[in-house]
Parts: sequence; structure tokens; C-alpha cells
Amino acid sequence: MDIIIAEKVNKKFKLKQGQNINNNGVASNQIEVLNGFDLKIKKGEFLVLVGPSGSGKSVFLDLVGGLSTPTGGVVYLDDKPVEAPSSKTAYVFQQYALFPWRTALSNIEFGLESRGVLKEERVKIARELLSLFGLSDFEDRFPYQLSGGMQQRVAIARALATKPEVLLMDEPFAALDAQTREILQNELIRIWEGTETTVIFVTHSIDEAVFLADRVAVVTARPGRIKEIIEIDLPRPRNGELRSSNEFAANRHKVWGALKTEVNKAQQDWKLAPQFSE
Amino acid sequence: MRKLTVFQKSNTAKKEKILNLLLGSSVITLFLVSWELLFQFKVVNPLFISAPSRVVLAEITIIKDGSLLTNLSVSAKEFLLGYAAAIIIGFPFGIMLGWFKLIRGSFGPFIAALQATPRIALMPLFIIWFGLGITSKIVVVLMSAIFPLIVNLRVAMTTIDSDLIHVARAYGASRWQIFRSIAFPTSLPFLMTGLRLAAGRGLLGVIVAEVFGGAEGIGYMIQYAGSTFQTDKVFAGVLVVAVTGITLDFTLDRLGRYFDRWRGEVAVH
Ligand SMILES: Nc1ncnc2c1ncn2[C@@H]1O[C@H](COP(=O)(O)OP(=O)(O)O)[C@@H](O)[C@H]1O
Ligand SMILES: [Mg+2]
Repeated sequence: MDIIIAEKVNKKFKLKQGQNINNNGVASNQIEVLNGFDLKIKKGEFLVLVGPSGSGKSVFLDLVGGLSTPTGGVVYLDDKPVEAPSSKTAYVFQQYALFPWRTALSNIEFGLESRGVLKEERVKIARELLSLFGLSDFEDRFPYQLSGGMQQRVAIARALATKPEVLLMDEPFAALDAQTREILQNELIRIWEGTETTVIFVTHSIDEAVFLADRVAVVTARPGRIKEIIEIDLPRPRNGELRSSNEFAANRHKVWGALKTEVNKAQQDWKLAPQFSE
Repeated sequence: MRKLTVFQKSNTAKKEKILNLLLGSSVITLFLVSWELLFQFKVVNPLFISAPSRVVLAEITIIKDGSLLTNLSVSAKEFLLGYAAAIIIGFPFGIMLGWFKLIRGSFGPFIAALQATPRIALMPLFIIWFGLGITSKIVVVLMSAIFPLIVNLRVAMTTIDSDLIHVARAYGASRWQIFRSIAFPTSLPFLMTGLRLAAGRGLLGVIVAEVFGGAEGIGYMIQYAGSTFQTDKVFAGVLVVAVTGITLDFTLDRLGRYFDRWRGEVAVH
């Protein structure tokens, strides 16, 4: 069963006054970020989106999260068009975006607060999650007292606290060092494998995509649409050792093959960029 | 963007603090001792210059005869009412000014013009409008204290982290919840800075207003003592104002640090 269906999704942004962009030689004050974006996501699957920078991956997550609406087409969540943020979704960002004046515990409570869960229940849920991430001793710490990896664990815990059906993760590990990154990937996959949550995960790292995903969807250079979907045929439960296996390398190779041409195209775009500003 | 570094208070920082404290207090002591000596050896005329010992005596006199308490309570009442009014009006107004573009566009220039006007120059008008009683002084305090509050809260709203708004919206927070959980906490350190500045301005306002025209209050007491050549009493009054100001500033600074504790010790590069 599909929990999310994106149908012929199109998204354009009006640029600020005075800004222009060159679309195949035609100057325009609109930027087309997504065009003909079709994607079906199965309930409970771990779907990873990869694609060149600026291809509209974050924009797509915002559409699923109800933070903005498509210019054309529809995004369905449980067969209903998404028009506003739903209590079924939760979001994790690259920049952690923790509330600096709240302790770790209180940050995790945030999503539950806006859903009207009572204090006692909130604290109980938040403590469970802290312990799941091995952060029980840090519940009273403010974000500035935590390492980047710990902060992102708290941000993930904040999302999981709402027991989301769909978890949107936008390059959540991109700002972390390689080692912390692998540790968090391992933790995330261990925790996720024990839930029924559907995850849409954006990354620039092919290794990360292959390690986590059931399927990897490759997005084209802007305007973004799905170019190809690659099934990752690696067994679950997965753990860190998988990374050095031959099967892993084979999957990695497949994803890179699909992604390569799009990244090159996007780079062409960048090379032309100075001309555009004239 | 500013780069923030968190560091721990080191031993050298502590030593430096103690050294500064020592140096600072020795300069003050040196000043007071020289002043007293000038008086003791009759180098200066005590009628004009007074002396620390005479100021202390005058202080004791005004405490004993009750005139300090009477005048202080009048000034305190004027200050507190004006300060409270400034907070009640300035806090929501500053926030709205920062939060809503339309309000900023319409009221911004007006506020800027008012802010540029020296408030004390309006004192004759306030006396015509509100009389010589405490109302005109309350208005001066209000007008002096409100702008630091408005300006600081307005700036506070522009520092709101848009990522946090993004998160809050993603979790379905309402506009009111966004205000309460993001705008309000963001504003607190700025509110505390505003309150500190406002207290200083308000205190100045109340004293100057009383010196200007009135029949009671510390400012009036200073003015009256001055015009009757009671130099000792002038200094005694000024000392009371200074001590009040320092105490207020210290208290608000401590309170501000409490609200800022989630920021850690930071240095701005
Ligand atoms: N609110 C907006 N207004 C104008 N342009 C936007 C807006 N949001 C995103 N874009 C543009 O859309 C393109 C895709 O952005 P994004 O989804 O962030 O890419 P990525 O795939 O790297 O996540 C970028 O060129 C970006 O500048
Ligand atoms: Mg992005």
C-alpha cells in the first residue's frame, strides 16, 4: 500500500523583484524547481532521495510536510491531498534546529506540546527516547552543551516522540564528521527497523543512501523529477559490517551510475551561472 | 554571521578580575582620601566643595529627620509607575513593530522622530499638560524609558531563527504557539537589555524632572539644597541617586544572565 503519492507535481517560485533566471535562453522571473515529479512511497519503507544540489529535494519534503503547496499536481498522504502540516509527519533538518533555550528533554517535548499532550506524558515519552539514544545523562543540558552528533540525536528523538507515520529527514547527518555519521546511521537503522514508520531521507552520500534505503530514488537536475528508482537488495537487519561487503559495492555502483549524468548536468549549470547574472 | 566560541572561565580570567577590582577600588579610595585631605587642610572652601565626611554627616541628618524617606518614596513612586507604564506599552509595541511589517512601515518613522526629540526639552509642555504634581514626572519617566524597550524588542524580532519557525510549523504549531515558544524566548535577553537601559534613562528622567519643577522628590531635594548653598546635602542626594542606579543595574544584570544561561559563556568575534 502506498502512503504517499506524488502525482505530476510541479513547483515554481516567483523570484524577488530584480532577480532573473535563464531558462534555456529565456529570461524569466520564475524558477521552476519541480516538474512532472511522480513518486509512490510504500507504507513502512525507507526511501532515500539523491540528486544534485538545487534539484528540489528539500522543496519536495516541504510539500510532503505541508509547509508549502504545489503549483501543479497533488501530493497525497493516506489518500488525502496534503494542504497543511499533518500530525502524521515529523521533520528532521540538517541544521538540527533545536531550541537553544530548551534543555534536551524539553526540546524532545516540543512536538508533543503543539499536539496538546499533557506534561507528565510528554516527559515520559521524552525520557524513553533519550534512553533509546543513550542520552539519559544529558536530559538537562542545553544544546550548546551537546556535541553535533548528540544534538542531531535529540532532533531525531523530537521527531520520533510524535510517533510519526512519515518521517522526513533532510540531509540530517551532512554536518557531522564521517565517524559520527556512520554511528548515527547505525543507530537510526537499528531504531527504525523496530518501527513501522515510513522514512523519506535526503542525502548527498551514496554510501549513506545504500546503507539505509529500501529504495533509492534519483532526482534529475532542476527542474527535478524522478529519473530512476533503484531497489537496494541488501538483507535486514543491517549493521555496520555490511558496508564492506561486495553486495554493498554493487548497489553503490548502480546508484552512482544513475546519478552521475545528473550531477554533471547540474555542474554545467553552475559553470554557466556567472552568465546568468548579467 | 557572527561566530560564537564557547569557552570556560580560566584561572587567568579570575586573576584579572581580582586585579581590576583592586585597581578600581584603590582609585576611588585615593580620590576620596585626597578630597577629604583638601578639606581637612582647608585648601578648599567646604561651602562649595564639601567633603566625604561632611556628606556622610548630611546623609545621617536626612535619614534621621525623615526627609530622605519622604522624598525617596515620592521619587520611587514616580519612577515605578512610569517604568511600569513603559514596559506595559513598550513591550507589546516593540514586539509588534518587529513582527508585523505593516506596523513597522507605518509607525517606524514616527517612533524614530519621537526618539530623536530630547524628552526633557518637552518638560515645560508636560507641566502645562499634567501640572507640577507627580503625573508630569511619570510621563517623563515613561517617555525616557519606553524607547530603549521598543528598540530592543524590535531588534529581537529580527534575530528570530527562521529554522526554528520552520520546525515549529512542521510540527503544526499555531501562530500563537510560534509566538510563545520562539518569539518570546528570543526576546527575553533583549528585553533584559532594554530594561537595564530603560531603568537608567528613567532614573535620569525622574531626577531631572524634579529638579526642573516640583515640590517633592530627591531631585527637588537636591535642587533646593543647591539653591540654599547646602552643598553637603546636594552630594548626599546625588549619592542616594547613584547607589539606587547601581543597585538597579546590578540586579537587572543578574536577572538578565539568568535568562541568558542557555547561551553559555560566549565571545563574539
Ligand atoms: N522559497 C523559495 N523561493 C525561491 N526559490 C526557492 C525557494 N525555495 C527553494 N528555492 C529554489 O529551489 C531550488 C531547489 O531547492 P532545494 O529543494 O533546496 O534543493 P535541494 O535539492 O538541494 O534540496 C533552488 O535553486 C532554490 O534556490
Ligand atoms: Mg536541500
